[in-house]
Amino acid sequence: MTDATRVHDRAIGKVATGIPGFDHIASGGLPAGRTTLVSGSAGSAKTLMAAQFLAEGIKQFGEPGVFVTFEESAEDLRRNLASFGWDIQAWEEQGLWAFVDASPDPEISSVVLGEYDLGGLMARVGYAVQRVGATRLSMDSLGAVFNQFAQTSSTRREMFRVAAHLKKLGVTALMTSERRQEYGEIARYGVEEFVADNVVILRNLLEEEKRRRTIEILKFRGTEHHKGEYPFSIVNGEGMACIPLSALELSQGSTSKRITSGSPDLDTMCGGGFFRDSIILISGATGTGKTLMATEFLQGGISQGERCLLFAFEESRDQFTRNAQGWGMDVRAMEESDQLRVICDYPESAGIEDHLLAMKREIDEFRPDRIAVDSLSALERIATIRGFRQFVIGLTSYVKQQKVAGLFTAATPQLFGGSSVTESHISTITDSIILLRYVETEGEIRRGITVLKMRGSPHDRGVKEFRIDGSGMHIGRGFGNVVGIVSGNPQHLDVG
Amino acid sequence: MSNGQLQLVLFITGDGTRGQRAVGNLRNLCSGVLSDRCHYEIVDVLEQPDRAEASRIMATPTLVKTSPVPDRRVIGDLSNADDVLAALEIDV
Repeated sequence: MTDATRVHDRAIGKVATGIPGFDHIASGGLPAGRTTLVSGSAGSAKTLMAAQFLAEGIKQFGEPGVFVTFEESAEDLRRNLASFGWDIQAWEEQGLWAFVDASPDPEISSVVLGEYDLGGLMARVGYAVQRVGATRLSMDSLGAVFNQFAQTSSTRREMFRVAAHLKKLGVTALMTSERRQEYGEIARYGVEEFVADNVVILRNLLEEEKRRRTIEILKFRGTEHHKGEYPFSIVNGEGMACIPLSALELSQGSTSKRITSGSPDLDTMCGGGFFRDSIILISGATGTGKTLMATEFLQGGISQGERCLLFAFEESRDQFTRNAQGWGMDVRAMEESDQLRVICDYPESAGIEDHLLAMKREIDEFRPDRIAVDSLSALERIATIRGFRQFVIGLTSYVKQQKVAGLFTAATPQLFGGSSVTESHISTITDSIILLRYVETEGEIRRGITVLKMRGSPHDRGVKEFRIDGSGMHIGRGFGNVVGIVSGNPQHLDVG
Repeated sequence: MSNGQLQLVLFITGDGTRGQRAVGNLRNLCSGVLSDRCHYEIVDVLEQPDRAEASRIMATPTLVKTSPVPDRRVIGDLSNADDVLAALEIDV
């Protein structure tokens, strides 16, 4: 080893892949000038990641790449990857992308009679790298090499030589490999992990009958990365997108600027309104007025000239528009003036990770001052507990990063009292929690509201009665001598 | 060679011993049982990587029968002439 390479070894740079979210998990990207092994079971999106590494390199950084394929033909890849919006043929014509097609050709029949090396492959790889001036290279997949050639010690030795050759070419390389199961030995042929100092694992898990994809960086020798499994999703027309959750270690809302909740009564209860960059959770049984509170929250923002975004998972657009009308809010006019955007979606229309990515995209595009989600708990039913928790953390942290106010509603399963899964996942992250409750007293069902938590501010600790009429929500007096409302067991204290 | 019905191309990497052994064995084959029937060419993939690409060569040494069709290939140092001829589907 020369002095120059030793110095290089000591400080390993990173090459940003451009794959959304991945570079954050990878603390910058793939180790520069090294080979990273991407191992995964069948259908875990290995080929996609290999291709996207090159595609983003071209799109975002103008860096040419070489794709070495041992399994699918170049023709198949061009066609299959077109659905992600990548015109590979155009890139080939512009000298930005080169294939080394080493897939089995049915027209060619080869017989192995004696010793060989993979000199032909290496020469072609070197030629392609030189031809386009590649700095990135993907090889898909190692296992397919072993299918074409016997699984002998000489094939293994040759794969080591290929890896060494890549290092000499100076490219940052990504090499895929199959594994049989989601956990356990890293790869199938017992050689791959030694070929690369860096290992990334893609998983396609079936949990509680739901598909869940995750990505984990197992090791980056001599350089940093985030540990653990992170969810990722495959977005049509874009490719894979990872969801880094560790950005979430939250910078707590630091502003002391207050904004109106949309209800002067509630503002008073909260000690002067919500905080500008805070997360507010509204929890209550069905029909207690959660959607109304979300509506008033948006209306309050619009009256101050703010931009408001609503994600509605429980009602159709027509339903929401009609209900809002009933409370004196003209949704259409507000949307036309571009102050309001309402996104209605069925929870079941996509996986939970897809929802999160779609919501982030809307937030990025619309740049709202306020965001409301009605309800967060509607998404519980499409996710595993772990997936939902990651979703909630991912969403709240993203909202916080944008320094905007977020109001989320959560439905409790019982009509009286109780808490929801959403609540238990989100309560420590939220700055404010407001409970809406049915109260049975003096032979009738009434509604009660209480501010359970209001971070960084004094607030009214009582349970107040409220009414809903054509002009919205009106908070009245306390329930006096009734206790146990929040827990769902109201009892009258005998006075005297 | 003028009536060369048989076209063979041998791909090797540099001047390594395995490749040179294959070159020697091919010469013997062409001057022996295949005398006057074959036209052969030797390609060093380090010098002509474009030829390796065009012929989709993975391993070296690889001997390719380009004519007559079908394309038949043998990987190895060609030490056993009978096996090589059988694999290339050449009758002598």
